[in-house]
Amino acid sequence: MKYMLLVCFDESVELSQEEGADMESSGMAWATEMAGRGIRLDGSRLSPVSDATTVRVRGGEVLLGDGPFAETKEQIAGFDVIECADLDEAIEVASKHPVARFGAVELRPFWLD
Amino acid sequence: MVATLIRMTGDWDLAEECAQDAFALALERWPRDGVPRRPGAWLTTVSRNRALDRLRRTAAEAVKLKEAAVLAPPADPDGAGGDGSGIPDDRLRLIFTCCHPALRLDARVALTLRSLAGLSTAEIGRAFLVPEATMAKRLVRAKHKIRNAGIPYRVPPAHLLPERTASVLAVLYLLFNEGYAASAGTDLVRQNLCAEAIRLALVLTRLMPGDPEVLGLAGLMLLHDARRATRVDQAGDLVTLEDQDRSRWDRREVAEGVSLLQAAQRGTALRGERPGAYQIQAAIAACHATAAEAAATDWAQIAQLYQRLRELVPSAVVELNRAVAVAMADGPAAGLEIVAALEASGALPGYHLLPATRADLLRRLGRAAEAAASYRQALELAATDAERRYLSERLTASVRDAQPS
Repeated sequence: MKYMLLVCFDESVELSQEEGADMESSGMAWATEMAGRGIRLDGSRLSPVSDATTVRVRGGEVLLGDGPFAETKEQIAGFDVIECADLDEAIEVASKHPVARFGAVELRPFWLD
Repeated sequence: MVATLIRMTGDWDLAEECAQDAFALALERWPRDGVPRRPGAWLTTVSRNRALDRLRRTAAEAVKLKEAAVLAPPADPDGAGGDGSGIPDDRLRLIFTCCHPALRLDARVALTLRSLAGLSTAEIGRAFLVPEATMAKRLVRAKHKIRNAGIPYRVPPAHLLPERTASVLAVLYLLFNEGYAASAGTDLVRQNLCAEAIRLALVLTRLMPGDPEVLGLAGLMLLHDARRATRVDQAGDLVTLEDQDRSRWDRREVAEGVSLLQAAQRGTALRGERPGAYQIQAAIAACHATAAEAAATDWAQIAQLYQRLRELVPSAVVELNRAVAVAMADGPAAGLEIVAALEASGALPGYHLLPATRADLLRRLGRAAEAAASYRQALELAATDAERRYLSERLTASVRDAQPS
């Protein structure tokens, strides 16, 4: 089963330099472990929502918005594509993601045909 | 369907199990392949085939077992299956799938009733005061999630088992309480919920005989259920434990509940563990159920059990119950102290049993005027007519007592 991990947190929460460095290194360690287990297929951090552009087409007209599609406190800050045996394994993988400790990790299964 | 199978196989358990298996298979297949044109016929065929398989296998196994007993060393004492958790049973897999924590609690409850208890969607809807269409949607959504999100159909591996078992027990206890607490639905539906919760808990004790909390919960349910007939009077008013007609308690259920509790206690002793929350609550229920009369209740023991429960489940409701037990064991003043501390902490705002308990303790201390004030407060907060009637009577009595004679 393929899942998208949407890694979310509140961008307004500022991490100390030490916390930031720790997050960086534990994030790398997580990615390395999951790649080694053949679980993590792809993934990346994303630029903050202040860099986002939202595109809508209404009545043939392209409407642009500066910012994310939804104004929520927690925003998608990165993603990972993982391949797991089932949801239990995906939960184990997600719960080891460092951002899960202060933000949230949403597990979205890929669409099944 | 179960009835057909019973007629065919002459074996009630086998019939039930095969029907459950068919539902489980449907749970897997239908969302994937679509619902068959004649779902009832499909289920009956699947379960009949399953029953025939089982009967053949049992016959073959009886021969093999004899051989194995002679030849094999006694390895694998609990008959572990390939999943490493030691519990090879389809129904158990189904319980764990239905109660997976990635599903919403209401969906877990509905799925359990539908797939394991075989209640119809309409019946489940009635039990929870939800229109049938809403309940049907809830069930479909849950089944879709099981398939699309990859919720495994299995007994969890050992490292997940304690946490997942807790989720299963929570669903069963919720089912039971929904039936017992009379918050919704007709009497018959509610009784059905209690009966199903007990039946499933007992199935679980057979499937997981080594888990003390499973035994504890089954015991707890039986000990409560034994008092069912005496909990309300003919007018539908609640009868307090003290005033219940103990001769009408179900002796058989009490005995079975107590023996389950004892098995749970042996289990925790054997494992060198502390008793879990269900076991402690079962022990409290047993203190009540085995007292020949209200006056013979071992309140000191109950107060101690609530103390242990509070350490495990830090809840203000548990603390309030402890206050009542302490008041019975050491006098109303000691109980009142705990109630006062609870009130000072700001716990349980708007909960009518807090002022009601205070009122009761004040009344027993002879402080009738203060008791009346507390009864009034409780009366304003009480939610059901039965509770309001009870409190009004007590209020009238206190006002009368407060007047100088």
